Amino acid sequence: MGHTITEKILSAHSKEKMVSPGDIVMADLDLVVDLDIVFGITGGHQTPTRVFDPDKIAVVADHTVPAPSIAAANAMARMREFVKKFGINKFYAEGRHGIAHVILGEDGLALPGMTLACDDSHSCSSGALNCLARGLGLADMMYALCKGQAWYMVGPTVKLYIDGELRERVYPRDILHHIAHVHGAFPGRNLEWDGDTVATMPMQGRFTLATLSAELSAEFSLFRHDEVLKDYLQGRASKEYEPTDPDADATYEETIHVNVSDLQPLVVLPHKVAHNAAAANSLSDTKIDQAFIGSCANGRIEDFAIAAEILDGRQVAPGVRMIITPGSQSVLQEAIANGYVETLMNAGAVVTNSTCGACYGGHMGVLGDGEVCITASTRNFQGRMGSPEADIYLGSPATVAASAVRGVITDPREV
Amino acid sequence: MALRIEGTGWVFGNDINTDLILPGAAFLLPVEEQIKYCFSANRPGWSDEVQPGDIVVAGSNFGLGSARPIGNVFARLGVAGIIASNFNGLGLRNCVNYGVHVLPCPGAIDAITDGDRIAVDWQTGTVRNISQGREIEGKALPQALLDIAEAGGVIPVLKAEGLLEDAE
Repeated sequence: MGHTITEKILSAHSKEKMVSPGDIVMADLDLVVDLDIVFGITGGHQTPTRVFDPDKIAVVADHTVPAPSIAAANAMARMREFVKKFGINKFYAEGRHGIAHVILGEDGLALPGMTLACDDSHSCSSGALNCLARGLGLADMMYALCKGQAWYMVGPTVKLYIDGELRERVYPRDILHHIAHVHGAFPGRNLEWDGDTVATMPMQGRFTLATLSAELSAEFSLFRHDEVLKDYLQGRASKEYEPTDPDADATYEETIHVNVSDLQPLVVLPHKVAHNAAAANSLSDTKIDQAFIGSCANGRIEDFAIAAEILDGRQVAPGVRMIITPGSQSVLQEAIANGYVETLMNAGAVVTNSTCGACYGGHMGVLGDGEVCITASTRNFQGRMGSPEADIYLGSPATVAASAVRGVITDPREV
Repeated sequence: MALRIEGTGWVFGNDINTDLILPGAAFLLPVEEQIKYCFSANRPGWSDEVQPGDIVVAGSNFGLGSARPIGNVFARLGVAGIIASNFNGLGLRNCVNYGVHVLPCPGAIDAITDGDRIAVDWQTGTVRNISQGREIEGKALPQALLDIAEAGGVIPVLKAEGLLEDAE
């Protein structure tokens, strides 16, 4: 009987001959990625007496960069001490900073067939790179830093078979919203993406789907190594890698078939992602205070391009704040070089420094009591982006940009 | 830690997420202030009411959301464990790794009313509702994970091996 990508990568990194659903495995980690914010979370980071391998550790400043508060500044200082103490070279401090999941792809650190541990729930983002990564906790991270291992419960795998052609101004993000709306959450299960739509999908869309798999409560969310990924890694991969494909007779708990040809722009309503979406064009009575594009889900250059296309020659509606946050320094540089930043600024949008920023309610776009935000970021939970009295709607970057122009939630095909 | 516990059950709904358990606003606060934010949006005042040994009872997909150390919050509040219909994988490991027991038990949400006295055996998966005189069965975690929770999580293990410097 064959095995899925998840089962094969876990097997290759543990003492087990071949793992199956129901097993618990202790797996060796190829890369452990530590983040700025955990150095400040109470009960979070503690100082190891030794680490398993400084060359297999990366430290990225993303959540609180540059420091928005004294507490964050003190945490950043502890981060720098940690890096210095253990001689960690893969250090993405101010100037090289950006959202870890974006940088891991850009710099070819997360690679096919690898195991990667990171203390952020959206670490599943690197599944787009055929890399076995999922969100781990801070206690996990201390264990990983000290011992280079993490425990995993092996869940069954669901295949998401996506075919059909997306209509104009409908995006992979809308596919994810559709899946969450129709199929809900997948706690305890792994996802594998397959089908014609996926095979031709650029990496940006795959990153969005893999990242937002956290909102489907999936364990791992993996894409195959194919020509699109191979091209992306060309000249980028930091070392040799071994792609892992599923066996032809791999066992899936279920195959969910989604045809995307008739999909419309979909918006997820406030407070939860599962079974909670509506067509963007049905929400034109919903006024917004803030429109945000950014995060590990939608902070890449393609997202800037979409926002610039929609805002070109238009103005952000009076009373609306439009904030666009790049996922990394290089995304920002490319957005400047391509003229996107100028276009967005001419439209009255705020383009910020690269950071996780407003996505987690940290800084540069925190919501106040009673405010309404439409966002192309990760999560719409009560209190996620600031006040628990705020309402957060999720949309594609195009839907967000169109909504910023109209001042109400807007189908991007209407502008 | 104990593999069997008797305490008051606090019943919450489905999709209890990490922003409700540990809001972003509380991230960088000292722990004694941080724990006051637990469920402050959906159940104000709860952190003052919960007693050591109490048990959180919830519906499906408990603990969805961020990587934040929700188990540390529950442990500091004295919560013995969480019973839920099912768990988000990250939420589950963030409880177990901080010494908070976990029991997947689809029937619990219907068999327990807020404030009931309940007795839980985390190892066998048996949940006895003392107040209502009824018993239901959950699916206990594998022994390897019970052992981690019983040890108080992974941090004490690392400390015992001399791998961590800090006392806190």
